[in-house]
Amino acid sequence: MSRAASDVVFRRGRLLLWGSCLAVAFALPLVFKTGFVISLLCQMGIMVVFALSYNMLLGQTGLLSFGHAVYYGLGAFVSMHVLNLIGKDGGPLATALLPLAGGLAGLAAGVVLGYVTTKKAGTTFAMISLGIGELVAACALMFPGFFGGEGGVSGNRVVGKGTLFGMTWGPQVEMYGLIVVWAFVAVAAMYALTQTPLGRMANAVRDNPERAEFVGYDTQRVRYLMLILSGFFAGVAGGLTALNYEIVTAETLNAHTSGVVLLMTFVGGIGFFYGPVIGAILITVMQIVIGGLTHAWLLYFGLFFLFMVLAAPGGIASVISMQRALWQARLLGRMVPHYLATAIPVLVLLAGLVGLIELAYALLAGEGATAGDEATRVLGMQLHLHSAMPWAAALAVSAIGAAGLYWLGGRMKRALHQSLETMNGGKA
Amino acid sequence: MSLPAIRLAGLKKSFGASEIIRGVDLDIHPGERHAIIGPNGAGKSTLFHLISARTPVSAGAIELKGENVVGLKPFEINRKGLSRSFQITNIFHNLSVFENLRCAVLWSLGYRYSFWQRLAGLKDAQLRAEAVMEDIGLARRRDTPAGILSYAEQRALEIGITIASGADVILLDEPTAGMSNNETEEAVALIRRVTEGKTLVMVEHDMGVVFGLADRISVLVYGQIIATDTPAAIRSNAAVQEAYLGTSVHHD
Repeated sequence: MSRAASDVVFRRGRLLLWGSCLAVAFALPLVFKTGFVISLLCQMGIMVVFALSYNMLLGQTGLLSFGHAVYYGLGAFVSMHVLNLIGKDGGPLATALLPLAGGLAGLAAGVVLGYVTTKKAGTTFAMISLGIGELVAACALMFPGFFGGEGGVSGNRVVGKGTLFGMTWGPQVEMYGLIVVWAFVAVAAMYALTQTPLGRMANAVRDNPERAEFVGYDTQRVRYLMLILSGFFAGVAGGLTALNYEIVTAETLNAHTSGVVLLMTFVGGIGFFYGPVIGAILITVMQIVIGGLTHAWLLYFGLFFLFMVLAAPGGIASVISMQRALWQARLLGRMVPHYLATAIPVLVLLAGLVGLIELAYALLAGEGATAGDEATRVLGMQLHLHSAMPWAAALAVSAIGAAGLYWLGGRMKRALHQSLETMNGGKA
Repeated sequence: MSLPAIRLAGLKKSFGASEIIRGVDLDIHPGERHAIIGPNGAGKSTLFHLISARTPVSAGAIELKGENVVGLKPFEINRKGLSRSFQITNIFHNLSVFENLRCAVLWSLGYRYSFWQRLAGLKDAQLRAEAVMEDIGLARRRDTPAGILSYAEQRALEIGITIASGADVILLDEPTAGMSNNETEEAVALIRRVTEGKTLVMVEHDMGVVFGLADRISVLVYGQIIATDTPAAIRSNAAVQEAYLGTSVHHD
């Protein structure tokens, strides 16, 4: 009885969560009206779908793929060609349904390529996925007829006459609406999939393929089906990308894109359904916002990834889940002062490191390109590269931050350890 | 007389130059509880691996309920009604006890690779998993991840996964290994209960368990069966005593 009752509460809570996410997604462009933010939101929506499709492999089936961009990219190219093909005969409805063409392309690619890649799991799968990824990326440059060569393939998403619910999809904000709808349908479908026999057996195959075979399941078939379905959703994301940017280049299916989606998914947390959503949103913001602030953004990106892998290998979702468990055990209050105290040296250290990185970057880049550029702006300050002062200051700030982190971070770690002990001890 | 549940004929297995199973002939009757005993390294686990298709056969025949099963894959043999447990616990560590058992019943209930049905809607799978959970005494651990269960609980779950599909031929590889006396007693009662009316083949080191449970015993020594008989006859078999049991048979 109590189980059924708590299930109902749980289901209501979940419905509420999904509903409010949808409401927030639709409300965001009313609050942030600038083109920059709306473009950012569009990219986020697309990446959420792409990262979740990737986690169907990594998190749910235990398959580490280095070539997932293939399905995304092929979905994008096929969508673009379909868009150009229907051309004037099309209309807003055809445009709205275009991501389905991308999905089917991703699915077809999964049927063909997945047959080879999913024969084996583990390292073999990872290596073959890398090989297939390189193969398709090479094809993109060898067959300019389909892939458009260096320039890619472009098109216009406003086709035909008339409107669909008053939409032509021309303005970016209308495109955003379309992305939100597609993203929600795709996310809901991917979530539903985790609650089916195949979805659960994918977890079983991830945990223990041998046992899965001895309860009657062909693990190869499970992996193959999951890859095909994951290819479908990656293709949908690809189709949205084609519509959003109205151009598709070979970059959409190369190893860099495969790396980014792996990074997003991992940083968000592969052990939780919503993990990749967080990762996709965060990394997209970092890419675009930090990318706009500094040329050294890739370096920050790499450092951040390194930090996450070392400090929170379960991803952001696992950190959130731990806080929720602490909160339920009424232990979170004890931890909050520690978190705040630790945040101070972290910010100091970050400021110092940013100073050092920017100084070094300006110095190294300046030597080649704009020689004589003796100053750089860091955190709003004008710094002179060739005087010792800014270097010493940045170094000192970093050192203070590091020392503070060593002291306060250590205290936080001990307190956290103690809280977790109390929590687990109380349960047993 | 009905067909044997399992028939092994001239079964051989070599790893490289060393022959581990050196020609085993054995008929296991439907519905009997059959124990395979033997000293360490006799090839008992290898014999199980051959029957369950975990390891390919070098030579000889294996028949399951009259059907040749040599060359089939593990999942194909499982679908024919043979289920096995492992000496080293082999469960789905990150899934809850309930999910472990539900995974174990899905295929036999015909849900195959369905991605268009909601698990929550499959009442028969849920009821079957819950019944097994009750049977193996893990109902109060329903939502606990299998990886953090106690050792004895994991062993019970191992047996639960093995019998959940309703397979009628059950292979248990050292089901009581590493258990305390108390736990062993409980495990024996559990095995007796859940294999009622089924064919059971087990590898076991604990002679108390063997002589308490088995209808017949086969003694495997150095890759060959030197005797197959009732517990009483095995106890007094001179060849067995000489080759393997020595004194250990008397202290039970």
